[in-house]
Amino acid sequence: MTFNPASFAVQVAALLIILAAVHKPLGIYLARVFERTTSSRPERLFYRLAGVDVGTEQTWPVYLRSVLAFSAVSILAVFGLQRLQGVLPGSRSLPGVDPWVAMNTAISFVTNTNWQTYVPEATVGIFVQMTLLAVQNFLSAAVGIVVAVALIRGIARTRTQRLGNFWVDLARTSFRVLLPLTFVAALVMVLGGVVQNFWSTEVTNQATGVSQLIPGGPVASQEAIKILGTNGGGYFNANSAHPFENPNALISLFEVFLILLIPSALPYAYGRMVGDQKQGYTVAAVMGTLWLASTALTGWAVAAGQGTATAAAGGLGEGFEQRFGAAPSAIFAATTTLTSTGAVNVAHDSLPPLAGGVAMVNMMLGEVAPGGTGSGLYGLLILSIISVFIAGLMVGRTPEYLGKKIGPTEMKLAAMYILVTPTLVLALSGITVLLPDIMANAPATGAHQFSEVLYAFTSGANNNGSAFGGITTSGPYLSTMLGIGMLLGRFLPIVLVLALAGSLARQGKVPASAGTVPTHGPLFGSLLLGVTVIMTALSYFPALALGPLAEGLLK
Amino acid sequence: MNTITGYLRQAGTALRFLFFATLVLGAAYPLAVFGVGQLIAPYQANGSIIKDSAGAPAASALIVQAAADDSGTQDPRWFHARPSAVTWDPASSSASNLGPNDPKLLDAVAANRAAVAKTENVPEAAVPADAVTASGSGLDPDISPAYARLQVPRVAAAQHLSADTVRSLVTRHTTGGLGAFLGQPSVNVTALNIDLAAAVPSE
Repeated sequence: MTFNPASFAVQVAALLIILAAVHKPLGIYLARVFERTTSSRPERLFYRLAGVDVGTEQTWPVYLRSVLAFSAVSILAVFGLQRLQGVLPGSRSLPGVDPWVAMNTAISFVTNTNWQTYVPEATVGIFVQMTLLAVQNFLSAAVGIVVAVALIRGIARTRTQRLGNFWVDLARTSFRVLLPLTFVAALVMVLGGVVQNFWSTEVTNQATGVSQLIPGGPVASQEAIKILGTNGGGYFNANSAHPFENPNALISLFEVFLILLIPSALPYAYGRMVGDQKQGYTVAAVMGTLWLASTALTGWAVAAGQGTATAAAGGLGEGFEQRFGAAPSAIFAATTTLTSTGAVNVAHDSLPPLAGGVAMVNMMLGEVAPGGTGSGLYGLLILSIISVFIAGLMVGRTPEYLGKKIGPTEMKLAAMYILVTPTLVLALSGITVLLPDIMANAPATGAHQFSEVLYAFTSGANNNGSAFGGITTSGPYLSTMLGIGMLLGRFLPIVLVLALAGSLARQGKVPASAGTVPTHGPLFGSLLLGVTVIMTALSYFPALALGPLAEGLLK
Repeated sequence: MNTITGYLRQAGTALRFLFFATLVLGAAYPLAVFGVGQLIAPYQANGSIIKDSAGAPAASALIVQAAADDSGTQDPRWFHARPSAVTWDPASSSASNLGPNDPKLLDAVAANRAAVAKTENVPEAAVPADAVTASGSGLDPDISPAYARLQVPRVAAAQHLSADTVRSLVTRHTTGGLGAFLGQPSVNVTALNIDLAAAVPSE
């Protein structure tokens, strides 16, 4: 398959133009949803049924407790019901899911990772897919968004303990934001060829004598939220490479657009909610610059098409779908790893080494360009605080961010935030490569074997969910270690973000003075960009050198 | 104590929230998409099933259909699909997940290249990349126009059709327009073989 630069450039430009057009109206809508003070009649009914006390706004510890309680209950429910699959309806007489796999899957979907250690076709029926996994696709995406909103409120509000009501925020995000967008997206997908039924179809070609059982299922409804909620867990094993999940190049481009839609509109909502639109634009510009640079780099690495087997085949092909070819696969691979999505329309394990390396770097950046729904924004806001601190050191002033003093408490929280994920990735990968029995689960050799392990833990701890699929992770050790990586990689940062939000909300606003470093504009944007890239490079360069760089540069 | 009762109350709310949210997001929503989908696009929503001349369901236009024996050798009378890591069985889907420098992949590519060259009676250098590499899903229904053209003489001879007839079928099944610009021009083997069967005069 040849790389068509014109097609690549047109698709990248089209995405940027469309997102530039829709991020403002969607951002305004998002801000209105989060600033509402009244509830509709169906919402009031829902709150009554769910036992939500609508009137009270929560302090940060209570808000956090709600996040954790909801996620713990979700994990237990998804785990338990998977185990009971054998007696549940709509399960194609499949047995209960293996306990290690069920544990890994429950954590994976509740943490918005959607790492798939299970093979969907052979493991889960419609009941598990539709009522457990797809529902977590909505709710885990919504949790990410509400945590970002709590942080925004912490920045915007003064002298208060109150950050909002988690349950109300969660319901509004699910029903007012995700549900309507997903419904429209699912119908577009059906029109494009994505399946939405509840049965398989037996087909027989009389001429060739071939009989097949064509699978069915509620695929479009799950695909839409899988993409829009930056989840990434496929209805089928091959994910968005499967023709029933992603039938043609136009739908593939539509899927990339949906992945980017909410994360790229959140900065506008942020600017609006803090009353300074320039802040939102600066964040969006940094996200856009990183996305463009990384996508171009991926395109270049795919076009270069390194690899001995690739050369022997006469070009790219292994792991690629013919209807997409090189350009849509490169755009999808970059976007899915720059967000917390992890859906794939090409087998990442078979990508040229440097393209696989860029995919890893994208995740290692903390998935902030534009990142997962909500998690991308709060990730970049933490990096903004680090940048302000560094700028403050340069000019010798106490750093401030939007009138809030960045004191020792705030700095400790931000510093811990950026240390959590690299620690998890490097420690878990490091321990794993010392265990020869476990390494047998990654059948590749040399640098590529290390890449498969590094990719798995990078993907898990960053809640991405894409994989170098050669590695088998369904055994007890890897499913547990990845489970730990996903769990801590999701909730430790959330604890720190909410603590930071609480600490900022308590403060009064200090007026900007001559020594205040402005946190908008090209100068601060460049600083933020530099801090983001350098933090990643410092943390991960040695590991990258042993994996994709060794494979890509030494050949 | 307060914290514990706080957690228990939160867990109760969480359970009820999850249950009622599931009714909306896990039942009402997919059923609504199903209902509207069946109304506006029943063909796509049910898997793009194409029927043969007798009106019986013959294949899905989106899923590969390869006439292959148990050893994985494809029937020379029909157009061949790309190699598949799941032997073209839609009950599963997968890529090979072999790295670009993997010796196993190198061997597989070499073996595929030799086999295709022999089947089509062309030099090995004439075999295009998609013919020797497994797709991302294992269910890819498409091949490159180059690989389709390569197969025309063999198929025409085996079906007792003129090469021009077969070539015009290939042209009719080659994608163009926006889809081909965004992706790349492709030939759908599943649909092509069904039209080919219809073009063969019955004995």
